[in-house]
Amino acid sequence: MNEETIKLDTLRFYWSKKTGFKIHVPKFSVGQGEKVLLLGASGSGKTTLLSLICGFLSPISGNIYLNNQRINDLTADKRDQYRSDNIGIIFQQFNLLPYASVIDNIILPLYFSKTRANKIINQRETAFNICKSLRLPDSIKDMQASKLSVGQQQRVAVARALIGNPSLIIADEPTSSLDNDTQKNFLELMFKQIQENKSSLLMVSHDTSLASYFDRVIDINDILMRED
Amino acid sequence: MLLKLTINSLYARLLTVSMTVLAISLSLMLYLSVEKLRSSAYTSFTNTISQTDLIVGSRTGSVQLLLYSVFRIGNATNNITWESYEDIINRDEIKWSVPISLGDSHKGFRVMGTNTDFFKRYKYRGDRSLKIEEGKYFVDLYDVVIGFGVAEKLGYNISTPLIVSHGLKSFLEHDDQPFKVSGILAKTGTPVDNTIIVSLEAIEAIHVDWSSGAKIPGKATPIDKIRKMDLSPSNITAVLLGVNSKLTIFQLQRWINEYPEEALTSILPGVALQELWRIVGVVENILLGISSIVILTTLMGMTAIVFSSLSERRREMAIWRAMGASPKIIIGLLMLEAFIISTVSVVVSTVLLFILLYFIQPWIDSTYGILVTIEMLSLNDIYIFILFILAAMIVSLIPAMRAYWFSINDGMTIKI
Repeated sequence: MNEETIKLDTLRFYWSKKTGFKIHVPKFSVGQGEKVLLLGASGSGKTTLLSLICGFLSPISGNIYLNNQRINDLTADKRDQYRSDNIGIIFQQFNLLPYASVIDNIILPLYFSKTRANKIINQRETAFNICKSLRLPDSIKDMQASKLSVGQQQRVAVARALIGNPSLIIADEPTSSLDNDTQKNFLELMFKQIQENKSSLLMVSHDTSLASYFDRVIDINDILMRED
Repeated sequence: MLLKLTINSLYARLLTVSMTVLAISLSLMLYLSVEKLRSSAYTSFTNTISQTDLIVGSRTGSVQLLLYSVFRIGNATNNITWESYEDIINRDEIKWSVPISLGDSHKGFRVMGTNTDFFKRYKYRGDRSLKIEEGKYFVDLYDVVIGFGVAEKLGYNISTPLIVSHGLKSFLEHDDQPFKVSGILAKTGTPVDNTIIVSLEAIEAIHVDWSSGAKIPGKATPIDKIRKMDLSPSNITAVLLGVNSKLTIFQLQRWINEYPEEALTSILPGVALQELWRIVGVVENILLGISSIVILTTLMGMTAIVFSSLSERRREMAIWRAMGASPKIIIGLLMLEAFIISTVSVVVSTVLLFILLYFIQPWIDSTYGILVTIEMLSLNDIYIFILFILAAMIVSLIPAMRAYWFSINDGMTIKI
């Protein structure tokens, strides 16, 4: 059986009948360990698509498979559990709980996912090691997240997404808040870590110049039909 | 983990949170101190007179009899004849009796005629007795013993001379027969503090030349002649009674109330005190009502603060959700926050209460004669605390439900 991390088919979704905003995804998949860049401008429905994949939203019809588990059958609680067990999420910006320490931010997913927590013996040490490999300075581990620079915060977000080795990393324009140099550095470090973890990556961006890092580049308009 | 992060989160909002805690603490403290004052006032009040089984006066209402015989407020409508008094005290049930004669005053303080048994038999706050702070009980006909409040307010010492006025507010003075202070009583927090006590004979003596409330013109019996007269009283105002067996109280009370020779009333002081408290206690209930409303308002204020912080914390909720927190956890977080805020407030209010009581206790005691005891919180207080914390958590459900709704609908979208 072909191992696919994400598989969507004949997916239909709309917010409400009134607004008329409907999306339809006939077929889309991400293979195991595959790194996919999804290109699309804002308002193209990409955030909605990611919300569906992460199980925040339920489709009207069709199937969403994550690691061969059909998640749109699951109850809301099970979907939340499934998300924390299998997906590491990196947002555009403001990823961290500003009042919590860097280490607490990183190990937070382990609190909700036993599956991920069980892979780790010493949570704080593991978090610290990931920080080191992402070239974060030692001094930041006990700092409050809000005290970090934007670039550092994004790297901490990567560390948090990677801890406990989830099979899928979803990144929603993680580099848009970074300047060019930091961006390059950030992507290299992130890819190195994802490579080591053998996770799949689905990243959304509107920046075509990032294409060279990925196994596959897809324009969102090729997989997602809007039915207005 | 959640507790630690919630504390971190509250700490990051230290200023807003501490203002909230302060507001809640102050209103809780207001409630507690009113409650404390109320219970202290009740205890002081109902313990104004104890161990007296019956109070007898001429036919009147029970509250009125209590007011003039114990609190020295208002007047007796009639006196009791000495014959009736002797009839009563000759009964087998009687263990002791103290006759009281009221009617005159000195500079606004009531003068009470009685015998030295009063000092032995009058008890308050359970079994506390009157004590002489300075001097001695009256020996001479013109000796007076004054309450602590009288001595303090008028600045009287042992041997200070004083003139008794006739009636309560009159310009007629018994100036031909001056008294002098022989003793000052220790503070009691009862109306005794504001009473001037003389012997029954002294009351008779100053009225020798008087008839029907006015001085007989031209008549002035010299003091040395008065001293040789028979000064046994013919009338008294009230009697404090003690019985041998509590079982006979009601029987005795009925006998007195049905006494054929004279219209008399006898009351159980405890019952009359309760009755009187129901009248004056209304004020305390109003205060208690107001402070409950203050607590309610504070709870609403707390909800409003949480509410207004929600929109800026929407991002935070999305992060929690992305980490795998279910919407239930989001509700739990907000309730945990309410729990911490209300619990801290409860502790702070208790500390504030003790500090407040420590400073105002002497003032309340000296001004109102209410002894506010600084003691551990009562079970009732703890009950109120638990109720408050529960209420705080319940009202926090209102913003929590909104956060729940946000977190379901926002999904991956991070509203900034």
